[in-house]
Amino acid sequence: MLMPEPDPVILSRRADLVARLREVVPDGVIEDEESRRAYEQDALTAYRQMPMLVVLPSSTKEVAAVLRICNSLGVKVVPRGAGTSLSGGALPLADGVVVGLARLSKILDIDYDNRTVTCQPGVTNLAISRAVDARGFYYAPDPSSQIACTIGGNIAENSGGVHCLKYGLTTNNVLGIELVTMSGDVLRIGGKHFDAEGYDLLGVLTGSEGLLGIVTEVTVRILPKPETARALLVGFASNEDAGATVAAIIGAGIIPAGMEMMDKPAIHAAEAFVKVGYPLDVEALLIVELDGPAAEVDYLCGKVTALAQSHGAVSCRMSTSEPERLAFWAGRKAAFPAVGRISPDYLCMDGTIPRRALPAVLSRLRELEHEFGLRVANVFHAGDGNLHPLILFDSNQPGELERAEGFGAAILRLCVEVGGVLTGEHGVGVEKRDLMSEQFSESDLAHQQRLKCAFDPSGLLNPGKVFPVLHRCAELGRVHVHQGKLAFPDIPRF
Amino acid sequence: MAEGEALEIVAGGTRSALGRPVDAPHRLDMSGLSGVLSYEPEELVLTVRPGTPLAEVEALLASRKQHLAFEPPCIDGLREKDVGTGQGTIGGVVATGFSGPRRPKAGAVRDHVLGIAAVSGRGETFVGGGKVVKNVTGYDIPKLMTGSHGTLAVFTEITLKVLPAPEETRTLLIEGMSSSQAVRAMTEVLQTAADASGACHLPQDLVLEGKPDDVSVTAFRLEGVRPSVEFRLARLHDLLAAAGPQRMLEGEASVAFWRGVRDVTPLSGDANRTLWRLSVPPAQGAEVLERIEKRIPRSRAMLDWGGGLIWLEPAAAADVSSSLACEEKIRGAIQEGHAMLVRAPADVRRTVNVFHPQPPALAALSNRVDLQFDPKLVLNPGRMYSGI
Repeated sequence: MLMPEPDPVILSRRADLVARLREVVPDGVIEDEESRRAYEQDALTAYRQMPMLVVLPSSTKEVAAVLRICNSLGVKVVPRGAGTSLSGGALPLADGVVVGLARLSKILDIDYDNRTVTCQPGVTNLAISRAVDARGFYYAPDPSSQIACTIGGNIAENSGGVHCLKYGLTTNNVLGIELVTMSGDVLRIGGKHFDAEGYDLLGVLTGSEGLLGIVTEVTVRILPKPETARALLVGFASNEDAGATVAAIIGAGIIPAGMEMMDKPAIHAAEAFVKVGYPLDVEALLIVELDGPAAEVDYLCGKVTALAQSHGAVSCRMSTSEPERLAFWAGRKAAFPAVGRISPDYLCMDGTIPRRALPAVLSRLRELEHEFGLRVANVFHAGDGNLHPLILFDSNQPGELERAEGFGAAILRLCVEVGGVLTGEHGVGVEKRDLMSEQFSESDLAHQQRLKCAFDPSGLLNPGKVFPVLHRCAELGRVHVHQGKLAFPDIPRF
Repeated sequence: MAEGEALEIVAGGTRSALGRPVDAPHRLDMSGLSGVLSYEPEELVLTVRPGTPLAEVEALLASRKQHLAFEPPCIDGLREKDVGTGQGTIGGVVATGFSGPRRPKAGAVRDHVLGIAAVSGRGETFVGGGKVVKNVTGYDIPKLMTGSHGTLAVFTEITLKVLPAPEETRTLLIEGMSSSQAVRAMTEVLQTAADASGACHLPQDLVLEGKPDDVSVTAFRLEGVRPSVEFRLARLHDLLAAAGPQRMLEGEASVAFWRGVRDVTPLSGDANRTLWRLSVPPAQGAEVLERIEKRIPRSRAMLDWGGGLIWLEPAAAADVSSSLACEEKIRGAIQEGHAMLVRAPADVRRTVNVFHPQPPALAALSNRVDLQFDPKLVLNPGRMYSGI
């Protein structure tokens, strides 16, 4: 992975920078190699890079002071939450400072009357739900890493989860933030009220992958917990039948709380791992969860069952207890580690496709398996078209990582080809950076980068992520934009 | 037209008097750029040209039992004389970004704009977002464009997330509560799993179809499949048993009631009054209103969004000096949130801050964002803030 060339001048001034940073964060500057090593990668483990320094501020004021210093010295900054990014959003830079937000981990305010929680960015996603659980509330977005990932990271990545079909992504559940820009300005956008005034900068910040600013406080909305939730486990003899059932459910006006699909390799891997009784003789499995008052859930379970049966379901079970519902989910939620058991390594892809394209995409994936000589297991957020093909490989075999990466790129190109997008919830990061020009023209990318220029004119915040080519803001103003796409793949970009 | 000359963007014109008056030598009429490009009900995705009339889109969606969940309002008196076709368009809905009573439950306009194609102030075409319901590829440009009042770019295509329309809708009205009692009741209901998709309060002096005269009503809307609506309604009925006399609106009566709330019909009558729109933390709605009523007695107001949205008609003349005085009193009553002057004569909108003033650092950032997309300020210059 090509990253911006380290600047020798910056590296030579490291000691000076340490001294300056210690003035503002006396106990939070990490210099020694051993301790820095903990920060050299995030959950995209294929890439690692030792950062020049790590700073752990513990207040908004300290974050602002750190950014002001880095900005004035021209030092690059990589923000980091829990480091669970699957796209390399927190991959350090050799001449950059990692700003870790772990110490900003307080819940500041729980307001049941306004149905909000205000907290610092280092609070974990699950901790928010736990803090309000006793009063019957929860925070809806539930990325699989919710026990570890932080709300600050969720905002950077606009994280989803299996329930986002009905309850939305992070962006639909955040009401306000406090933000520190690269120049050290502290801004407050939104709050406990709906819809901030002026441009929707909150909407832009969410999912900006740490390139526009560092979030130091967050206000999210919380919801009363649904009274009942039940899951249906439905087996199909073909992916087409499963796909048609999903379309029929939505077409009938039902938006389930979650609707997940697994293909045969994923079903087998999951069942071997957690043994929850998934049918092994089916080609595709749907998990459909319905929530709400019992009267509603019963009614909708009946409707969904009937739709599944009329679309060729070969097996259908309804959870009759909470443990059984959780067991249905256990296999799906453990799909990644389950695949990890049957393969030394895997790459997890994250494209979204129009759901109608699913059968065509899955059969094309079978062809690609032969082309690349690697196997794929598929889990699929079927309700919203977000596909997670897991490419199985062995990094100890020479050339397999490169083959897997090539396979992954081919899958994402396929997603774009059928009218979809490169990433549904994991973010672009470094992983899909060089594929951006598959989806966007040079002009599209220039407009996005100009937005960055408004926030960070010197381009010091998390450079090398999201955009395949780094432009200076001045040159973006003049760049001759045409409709042609950037040549892909392998020209040097930095 | 000469290079660098400014354009006022219009289509239906039904929102042309919203925002600060635009001084531009030319008008760009988008109403010809109309039509549905694709609609796939099972994908929950609709792509249209910006000049497509809202009514046409709503009828198309209704034919497949779907709708725009954010309930775009059509507020009277926001059309400048003879501007546009008189038919509100999707482009106008997205550009102005107003959401209706379902906003707290279903999200705002911005939560339903999946993708856009547009021409920026630089004269360059670009797209942002995508045409699928889940997408985090690149910055969320569609959100930036939503509610930017045509100051950044001109839409050429808009992709919206559409949702199934509820099978059943019922409204429970509670009569006779004061605004502070109403906000307490709405807060209590919104803390339960009753899952109300509307919670509003209309004081006794406001008139609306379905609302009895001479008494205030606090209304709760329940939507969904029939067994669910019936169950939750029974629950709500019990919860609010002591709150006051109850009445029920079903079917078309319920739909018509919320259409009135959405379009601010009770406050649409008097052209000699200004109309303000305040967004505050919902539980503070009544306090904010009380503070305003102390400063501007006999003002008329209604509360939506469980108390979080206040529509206010101050008891003051719609002239510049009275409006400036009102602005100070209204904004001074808000501790958290913002206020927008929605309806007022052009000279008032030229003088009073129509949009809530931002702190200097945020204002400077907004300005830099605008200049990146529209460096010569050719698109709706000054519509939102001076210089934006």
